[in-house]
Amino acid sequence: MSGLSVGVLALQGAFVEHEEALERVGATPRQVRTVARMDGLDALVIPGGESTTIGLIGGDSGLVDAIRSAVAGGLPVFGTCAGMIMLASSTTGGRQPLIGGMDIVVRRNAFGRQVASFEADVSMPSVGDDPFPGVFIRAPWIEEHGPSVEVLATVRDHPVAARQGSLLVTAFHPEITGDDRVHRLFVDIVRGDGTGNQATPTVGGGIRVRPQ
Amino acid sequence: MRAKAGLAQMLKGGVIMDVTTPEQARIAEDAGACAVMALERIPADIRAAGGVARMSDPSVIRDIQEAVSIPVMAKCRIGHFVEAQILQALEIDYIDESEVLTPADEANHVDKHRFTVPFVCGATDLGEALRRVAEGAAMIRTKGEAGTGNVVEAVRHMRTIRSEIARLSALREDELYAAAKDLRAPYELVSEGAREGRLPVVNFSAGGVATPADAALMMQLGADGVFVGSGIYKSADPAPRARAIVEAVTHFEDPDVLARVSTDLGPAMVGIGMESLSEDQLLHTRGS
Repeated sequence: MSGLSVGVLALQGAFVEHEEALERVGATPRQVRTVARMDGLDALVIPGGESTTIGLIGGDSGLVDAIRSAVAGGLPVFGTCAGMIMLASSTTGGRQPLIGGMDIVVRRNAFGRQVASFEADVSMPSVGDDPFPGVFIRAPWIEEHGPSVEVLATVRDHPVAARQGSLLVTAFHPEITGDDRVHRLFVDIVRGDGTGNQATPTVGGGIRVRPQ
Repeated sequence: MRAKAGLAQMLKGGVIMDVTTPEQARIAEDAGACAVMALERIPADIRAAGGVARMSDPSVIRDIQEAVSIPVMAKCRIGHFVEAQILQALEIDYIDESEVLTPADEANHVDKHRFTVPFVCGATDLGEALRRVAEGAAMIRTKGEAGTGNVVEAVRHMRTIRSEIARLSALREDELYAAAKDLRAPYELVSEGAREGRLPVVNFSAGGVATPADAALMMQLGADGVFVGSGIYKSADPAPRARAIVEAVTHFEDPDVLARVSTDLGPAMVGIGMESLSEDQLLHTRGS
């Protein structure tokens, strides 16, 4: 199969790491800094970084609006950490422009400041039986979500990975681990054969609606 | 270590701004800074005041932490591990063991492996950068010459580090032992640098960046991001300049954008020529 053209939002943050991971799973990455660079993309990745920075720069240049339209038109998007925040319908503890599209409320810096950043094995059955090496950096979590959102992983009782249609989000950073299974899942979703379409409730995964 | 170095990866392509008040911190956040450096005085004022420059009062740091949601960094003196302990207790997000403050130890830097909070350290060349990484630094920045508004030293340090790495990559494996000796750096890190063709951690530029063009210059020379200190709050109109520098770092390869964001910013900070500084006024020679 020919390489998918996957944009990586390159306004600020760890976008190079995503490009490298996408190349390893056979996709063709393209840095996106302007609206014009959105043309002809099969999918988009929104990387980790500072969501306020990404939102402000992207808001001014019209990119946030362009991505919002593309998401409404069905463009598959994978957001990690700040990218998850950008795809949320709203946040607690933030005032930056959001792209939205996913029926989730995200709490920014939910696990705490950098001293509380941590690594943890994350059970994520949608990418395989082996736990995924989760790196959580000033990480957010999903505070609430609607019924059409499938939670793919939870940590400390909070959803940290989820999917809604062709939108995929993680609070942690697969792009800096060298483990490409989440990127592979995203590419499968883009190609329309993502196995995550069927809910697979297992330990650590499965559907949870509005915890608490 | 992945969580410590990882935060620096998330800061890439961004601008870290020196701030001294919650108001300045909010201006920085609203301009798109990816982090702020909480200080009692910016480097230009430290330079002007003279005397011993120390860690900021915790109240200054706490007020700034309260004001913004982006990461907050703070400086400790070189080798002053108790200031570092205090900053960690304040839950600062990154500690800058900085030559801008008066060094507390002329021989030893802080043993940064002992801390949960990650450290950024300045470097003027590859050997210095690798020595800091060996001590546990999770991020490197060029020293430049802080508080001058003059980018010449930052350029020299960035070019030096890059050309030294390029030279390493061209060496035979059996020549790396002697290279490590020359660089006064651990062989393992030298060998890794030769293999990967880059520093093992993120490398920002700092010290003398005053304009959007300065920031883009450092990015085109290979910086992963930029620290701006005195350049913003010593200029005539800080908020638009801060925003312009953020845009310049994102679009560092697009001269049309750089021309637009450089327009009508008002006077930049006046700046200091290196030749007017005596040897004892130089900050970048502290703690090598």
